[in-house]
Amino acid sequence: MNLETLTRSSGEWLRGTGPESDIVISTRIRLARNLAAFPFTNRASAHQKGEIEAILRDRISKLDIHPKLIYVNIPGLSPLDRQLLVERQLISRELAAAEGPRGVALGPQETVSLMVNEEDHLRLQVMRSGLALDEAWQDIDKVDDLIEQRVTYAFSEEFGYLTACPTNVGTGMRASVMLHLPALVLTKQIEKVFRALQKINLAVRGLYGEGSRASGDFYQISNQVTLGKSETTILNEIREVIPQIINYERQARAVLVQGNRQALQDKVWRAFGTLRNATIMTSEETMDLLSSVRLGINLGLLEDLSIPTVNELFINTQPAHLQKLMGTELDGEERNAARARYLRTRLREIGAQPN
Amino acid sequence: MKKCQKCSVKYVTFHILEVLGDNQYEEFHLCEECAQKYIYESQVKSSAKGTAGSAAEESDDVSGLNQKECPECGLKFVEFRNSGRLGCPHDYEAFREELIPLLENIHGDVKHCGKVPHRFPQTKQTQRELLKLRKQLHQAVTKEAYEEAAQLRDRIRLLEQS
Repeated sequence: MNLETLTRSSGEWLRGTGPESDIVISTRIRLARNLAAFPFTNRASAHQKGEIEAILRDRISKLDIHPKLIYVNIPGLSPLDRQLLVERQLISRELAAAEGPRGVALGPQETVSLMVNEEDHLRLQVMRSGLALDEAWQDIDKVDDLIEQRVTYAFSEEFGYLTACPTNVGTGMRASVMLHLPALVLTKQIEKVFRALQKINLAVRGLYGEGSRASGDFYQISNQVTLGKSETTILNEIREVIPQIINYERQARAVLVQGNRQALQDKVWRAFGTLRNATIMTSEETMDLLSSVRLGINLGLLEDLSIPTVNELFINTQPAHLQKLMGTELDGEERNAARARYLRTRLREIGAQPN
Repeated sequence: MKKCQKCSVKYVTFHILEVLGDNQYEEFHLCEECAQKYIYESQVKSSAKGTAGSAAEESDDVSGLNQKECPECGLKFVEFRNSGRLGCPHDYEAFREELIPLLENIHGDVKHCGKVPHRFPQTKQTQRELLKLRKQLHQAVTKEAYEEAAQLRDRIRLLEQS
């Protein structure tokens, strides 16, 4: 596959459609699976990793999935291309940084990605725009069944799907919903929400998963527990809590608009003005400003700019995407200048104006 | 904001007070990532202690337990304690006793409830057989018995296709 084509679209998770898409960005489910006959990836020899990859690559190529998945060999990619896949959430940072034979099979719509030789031999991932836990589960369950017809998974009646890390054993499932929660951040209620979620065993992470900062006010809510609860139960627990968070965010937005519309509008327009005029922009500042702009659009404070456009700006200003678009490798300072140039050009092209 | 005392890169979001004994405390100021790691590792450690009997003989017993090894992949329990990662599927059998309190801690449960591979009834035997053959294959290759290795490889292929 030509990775260049990826930078021409914003991918499934930023498509900006789907139910509740003003707050819910995307839904993602991943399953951890291992082949019964091999040591886990961290303990497999280079030769064994080669065998594991060969087996899974072969089985994946024979799957009855249409359109066909495209297999990408990770060691054959430049660091920039690996980073590109990480930014698009198609592979994990771990898979990008690991060593030895490994790869990823991607669906052309970027909804399915199957990582080979991650921490577990196989990590299946399905992504959907908006809030779509059922659809994502149906998709991934089907792919999992198809693969299971062709390989012997490590599974025990007692502990379920066996994984390299005991935190994933059982269902091997991590379901997460990515939310944009700028108003809860602005009204300083976000910590309260997190504490409530932690009490019911749900984890909150930043945009790029474990340990990453919640830049752009994006938060991923996911299940912590994988053993002792069925997939359906876990999905239901998440499903029940998401509408409540959406509700809190909407209430916080209403409070902001009613309480101090002028101040909010000022914040949104300043963010827009900075994005449209600055000459140096870090990735972090871009995320923060775009978050305000996104909120402004959803509240009708900015016209002529659509959510898909903002999503496109979010992804295209990430370091690897930016360098791909510019067609050249850039160091940190050059990137900040290029990012500002890109934003100025794009926003002027669209002709967006504050209203 | 202060920087994390472990990685000194990210900002502190967790303050942990470790109670060591009577009026003895140790404080940690960590970022989220290092804090998660710290909590996870201390769970692994405490579960190892929990199965090792009384506190007095703890140090000896823990080191004895640490040397416990998986017959399939050769992983020692101490290696798991240090890395938090198991070596092969059989480790769940080999370290079953030690893992159960840890799983209880992490998940609040120790018994799988959920999806079962459709072919599991048939593959139960195959799983065991494959593991055995792989081990024999490894030994055959090590002692350069290539004919034996080739035969084993064929049997493994056959089983995997089934």
